[in-house]
Amino acid sequence: MPTQVKIWGCRGSVPTPGPETVGYGGNTSCVEIALTDDAALVLDAGTGIRELGFELARRGTRRIYLFLTHLHLDHLEGLRFFAPLWSPDVTLDVWGPCSPLFSLRERIVRAFSPPLFPLDFRDVPAEVRFHDLPGERWESHGLSVSADLVLHPGPTLGYRVETGASSLAYLPDHEPVLAGITGRSADWISGGGVAAGAHVVLHDAQYLDEEYEAKIGWGHSSVGDAVAFYRAVEAGRLVLFHHEPQRSDRALESIGARAQELAGPGEVPPVVAREGMVFELA
Amino acid sequence: MDGQRQKHLVLILAREFASNLSTPTLVADERGYLVFYNEAAENVVGRRFGEVGEMPLDDWLGAFDAKSLAGEPIPPEDRPARVALDQRRPSHLHYIVTSADGIDRELEVTAFPLFAHTEEFVGVVVIFWRN
Repeated sequence: MPTQVKIWGCRGSVPTPGPETVGYGGNTSCVEIALTDDAALVLDAGTGIRELGFELARRGTRRIYLFLTHLHLDHLEGLRFFAPLWSPDVTLDVWGPCSPLFSLRERIVRAFSPPLFPLDFRDVPAEVRFHDLPGERWESHGLSVSADLVLHPGPTLGYRVETGASSLAYLPDHEPVLAGITGRSADWISGGGVAAGAHVVLHDAQYLDEEYEAKIGWGHSSVGDAVAFYRAVEAGRLVLFHHEPQRSDRALESIGARAQELAGPGEVPPVVAREGMVFELA
Repeated sequence: MDGQRQKHLVLILAREFASNLSTPTLVADERGYLVFYNEAAENVVGRRFGEVGEMPLDDWLGAFDAKSLAGEPIPPEDRPARVALDQRRPSHLHYIVTSADGIDRELEVTAFPLFAHTEEFVGVVVIFWRN
């Protein structure tokens, strides 16, 4: 049975509500991979996780597996407003990167304390368990999730989700070109391990190629570099993700049209991620 | 191409760092395998890394006789690359190597271990300073 993947947020850096972004959405990174009504797998806790939380509460989901790529606010800030967190009936397992000095738990608890938030983490009624990554592959519900550290400022992970027959790579914040893409074997490319041969790659494409030169080292990719990455790792389909906050729906439509032209012979044309987009993994 | 292991990110960054240096530099992984050397090192060795490929660091070091400035042989375990690998500490040595072309060259060599997250040892970087 196909596994359904839904994008709940694909905006980069900061939420961008407003009439100019209604089409592609203004919520920051969050992707759900359907398990059962009882359980959910979630990638990142940007503001998109807030709406997902209401949906999971409606479904009665009590077991949630959350994998965080990193702790920049646009990937974490929704967690504080994630409805299941405030239910004593919910068990939430959180995986994410530790730092050289602090565990994942210690790092996240900082975001749950004054002056950043009125409550302390000990006030959270759900049962929350933290797991430092990189570490062992996680397997459950017929899926497996593995992670590698990838190029982005601060400890950051890329994930690979495998269903057995299909695979998804999730690299929403990633600047692999800093260490080289073209002419490298996949094992020498940042993110190459999680993305090699993946059927679908959700990849950072925050900048236009002409914008990138002024943003080198900020941790994000241009559309052209995202395409180069997906070709180098021989992935099946590229979904352009983590949209620049200033990008309007019209601008993203233009990128979508340009991305179609970037597809080489025999390649599936890249698509632009959109809030609410659903696709299936075999 | 199915999912495969990526080199540790620190090694990927070390390779890129070495690629941009004009100082001969090599990178070995935690097993002691030479996984990269840069163009400047290729000039010294006389062979491109792409031709040589990954190999045990000992095999590579064995291609060069090493002796002190006083002419005493230096055993492999005392050379900086092996010290950094075996003892996981930085090492620096001023010595003479005789390469395959039979020419003696005076070098200073710096080797240091790479520790990633939570002090995970992932390899060593070795830099050859030509006098």
